[in-house]
Amino acid sequence: MSETNSPTPMHETAIPSSLRTHTVADAWQCFDRNDVAGLNAFLSLDRDATTTGALTGTGALAGVPVAIKDNLATLTLPTTCASRILEGYVSPFEATAVRRLREAGAVVIGKTNMDEFAMGSSTENSAYGPTRNPLDRDRVPGGSSGGSAAAVAAGVVRIALGSETGGSVRQPAAFCGIVGVKPTYGRVSRYGLVAYASSLDNVGVFGSTVAEAAAALEIIAGHDPLDSTSADVPVPPMLPARAHDDVAKPLSGLVVGKPREYFPANLDPRIASHCERALAQLAALGAEVREVSLPSTDLAIPVYYIIAPAEASSNLARYDGARYGARAEAGDLRSMYERTRSRGFGDEVTRRILLGTYVLSAGYYDAYYKRAQAVRTLITREFADVFASGVHLLFTPTTPTPAFRLGELSDPYEMYLSDIFTVTANLAGVPAMSQPIGLVDGLPVGGQFMAPHFAEPTMLRAAAALEAALGATAGAAGVTA
Amino acid sequence: MSTAANTATSTTNGTWELVIGLEVHCQLRTRSKIFCGCATSFGEAPNTNTCPVCLGLPGALPVLNAEAVELATRASLALGCTVHEASVFARKNYFYPDLPKGYQISQFDRPLATDGSLVIGTQADGTPRVIRVHRVHMEEDAGKSVHDRFRDVSAIDLNRAGTPLVEIVSEPDIRSGAEAGAYARRMKQILEYAGVSDANMEEGSLRVDVNISIRPSSTSPFGTKTEIKNLNSFSAIERAVEIEFARQCRVLESGGVIEQQTMLYDDKRNEVRPARSKEGSHDYRYFPEPDLPPLRLSAAYIETQRAALPELPEAKRRRFATEYGLGDVEIEQLIVDQTLAAHYELVARASGDARRAANWMLGTVLAAVNASGRSLGEHPVSAERLGALIKLEAAGEVSNTAARQVFGLMEEEGGEPLELAKREGLLQVRDDSALVGWIDEVFAENPAEAARFVGGEKKLQGVLVGLVMKKSRGSADPKKVNQLLGARVG
Repeated sequence: MSETNSPTPMHETAIPSSLRTHTVADAWQCFDRNDVAGLNAFLSLDRDATTTGALTGTGALAGVPVAIKDNLATLTLPTTCASRILEGYVSPFEATAVRRLREAGAVVIGKTNMDEFAMGSSTENSAYGPTRNPLDRDRVPGGSSGGSAAAVAAGVVRIALGSETGGSVRQPAAFCGIVGVKPTYGRVSRYGLVAYASSLDNVGVFGSTVAEAAAALEIIAGHDPLDSTSADVPVPPMLPARAHDDVAKPLSGLVVGKPREYFPANLDPRIASHCERALAQLAALGAEVREVSLPSTDLAIPVYYIIAPAEASSNLARYDGARYGARAEAGDLRSMYERTRSRGFGDEVTRRILLGTYVLSAGYYDAYYKRAQAVRTLITREFADVFASGVHLLFTPTTPTPAFRLGELSDPYEMYLSDIFTVTANLAGVPAMSQPIGLVDGLPVGGQFMAPHFAEPTMLRAAAALEAALGATAGAAGVTA
Repeated sequence: MSTAANTATSTTNGTWELVIGLEVHCQLRTRSKIFCGCATSFGEAPNTNTCPVCLGLPGALPVLNAEAVELATRASLALGCTVHEASVFARKNYFYPDLPKGYQISQFDRPLATDGSLVIGTQADGTPRVIRVHRVHMEEDAGKSVHDRFRDVSAIDLNRAGTPLVEIVSEPDIRSGAEAGAYARRMKQILEYAGVSDANMEEGSLRVDVNISIRPSSTSPFGTKTEIKNLNSFSAIERAVEIEFARQCRVLESGGVIEQQTMLYDDKRNEVRPARSKEGSHDYRYFPEPDLPPLRLSAAYIETQRAALPELPEAKRRRFATEYGLGDVEIEQLIVDQTLAAHYELVARASGDARRAANWMLGTVLAAVNASGRSLGEHPVSAERLGALIKLEAAGEVSNTAARQVFGLMEEEGGEPLELAKREGLLQVRDDSALVGWIDEVFAENPAEAARFVGGEKKLQGVLVGLVMKKSRGSADPKKVNQLLGARVG
């Protein structure tokens, strides 16, 4: 909370010139030249897209092409959540985050592929086919915001919107070698984000660089009266200038925690070594690295897979065929519901709805949902305690492995474990981000920062410093297919 | 209006005791819906009062209406409930075509308010009959399925979806159909007084579900209950309860068991029967609504709402008894709605005669208002002028008959009662010379009767008074006329 009390005068984070020089025309050139169509990163495109901001050139993002995950409502293109049940659905209103981008002059060039209703960690669970990783087309881009990550990694756009429920921005950012930021819960309005698990859902941003992601976040952040969970706190500059004059040690005074639970003995040694190198670099920049403990970390996945499906089972009840979306005709109401939902939802969505219905049922509620909420509170408190002990940021791997091959993880449970380092931030509501910190077999490795609530500026400043220090050796940022 | 004053007896048939709890759904009188800015106006074209939020479109989110919270808080306080400083919205999940989100946002384990009470009348021993209110919670209404508009298909009208409601749940303290009716009537009255609802049963802004069970004696545990849904008049509540009581008695006495089920009351056939097919027990899978933070109300806010409440019926009953010395029946009739009660008070003050004012209000005035088809507020005779008229009557300046004539003139043409009475010669004449003049004229016109009267035939006095009154067109003071006539006998 220290950030909100900061006396720092409000001013906008500078928009990186890299954003302003990449035009809509460049986006289409990249799209066509690199056979981006073959990646299946987009579900719909607006080839004629222009905005008032772009024409007048007044907004901070005037003329900047952006891609939007297909679970964010837009007025101009369908919003399908990559599900058959919303095939062709066009929203009559726009998500607040999208509206703010447009008002800043950004041009929405397309809606990106995703795991159906944001359920998945690979973007293979799309009703419209999987997205491929631009860095290795046999591999997944990660999920569920894989389409947006791939669009940025392929160079079509430099910033894109995604969404996170358990790591769906950070994990694909790590797999695609770009920057992905999940803000504090409540920092960015969820209005217009099609709900998966409301208490965990966040709108997140992708950028080719830390500065780009920070600029995009600053534009979409801020209180929204249309979202009752939106935080009524001021939006500070997301990427403040250096806090002091020590150019050689810009992070001096910063304490970075290394939580031992995120560095288990069986962690891929190549990923571990990239993290160690990044931590050494942070120390070289002046930060103090301190080992800390978050003992309940191993409970995060089971807790997540109770709470998220529980909320999902309720959030997805509205897709009944009665008012919009696909409807299966049947003789009576009950059969209409059953057929519509059986045909409209894919396997992973069905699995989570069933799981969620079960854990909320009378007789199981106390044993599962209520207990999971208690553990969630415990996890949240452990974060608060660590941050209260003088640690400003945590640094961990983003994922336990680099991008896996399409079809490689067929067991849902194995897939669930790919979010093992990211779900905690969603459960605790703290901001977190992933950035490239190296390559393993030519595939990017992501390093993750986590910060106290509303401490995005601290996190982004450290990330920018680390990015600069690691330089070109960091990974695949900017690589095009 | 019949009241619960003497209905506080249990329904028993010697063997079984009736146990009843009521759930009252009351639509709050807000301008907009509970979670969006759509209008709550009744009778609009289907699906016009709708937006992404109340239609449950993907990505839309609820925002709680402060006015709804205000009115729900006042309703709770009017019922003597404890309003909690923290309450929690929950999702009640079920599939229904007119439930756009697939869940209803309601309150579950942490409601807005608990532990209130409602006085429904006076018991035989003079003590008040009190029904405990278990809880008051806020929720949104669902839409409406329309089955009679199109051939072979049902349509959905979502204008009502998201209308703010409070659900008021009683303890199972009610013991007869008459008590159930009295509870519902008093509930409607208190909600209207508190200004929180139109409480109009025809328009569905007050809907009542009744839970009924029977048991051998008041010390036994409760029996299995049935629920009769959506009763839409007080008499329907009373009749449905008695019919269901009789049915449950028959079932148990013939060795059967009561099944827990939802029943419907058929007004036309006057019967209670199970609703459609028997549905499995509902599992609503309640959990806290993640799109809304807990509702927090400060103690100061709650006190502000309490202060904003007008005088409620129970206080008015007590005050009317002590301040105006009125009887129970008159009081119930006068406080049936606030406008009438307020108007009565103005008339009582203007006239300085509370009892006479009550008679006028409940007699002549209500009859005139009803005959005119207009409301009391639109009636042309103001409280001040009516008070002045009653003053004239009380002072003996005009007779009761003459006062009614003056009232009629005031209705037709307006004007001050004294002037009208003067103009029409309706002021009581007590001046001896005028009275003697009329008596002389009557004697002259009816010499035979006059002679017999003077000769001692006393029963003729009434006839002669009548003739004098007629001659004076009602303005003669009958007392004075009697005195003067009496003086002429022997």
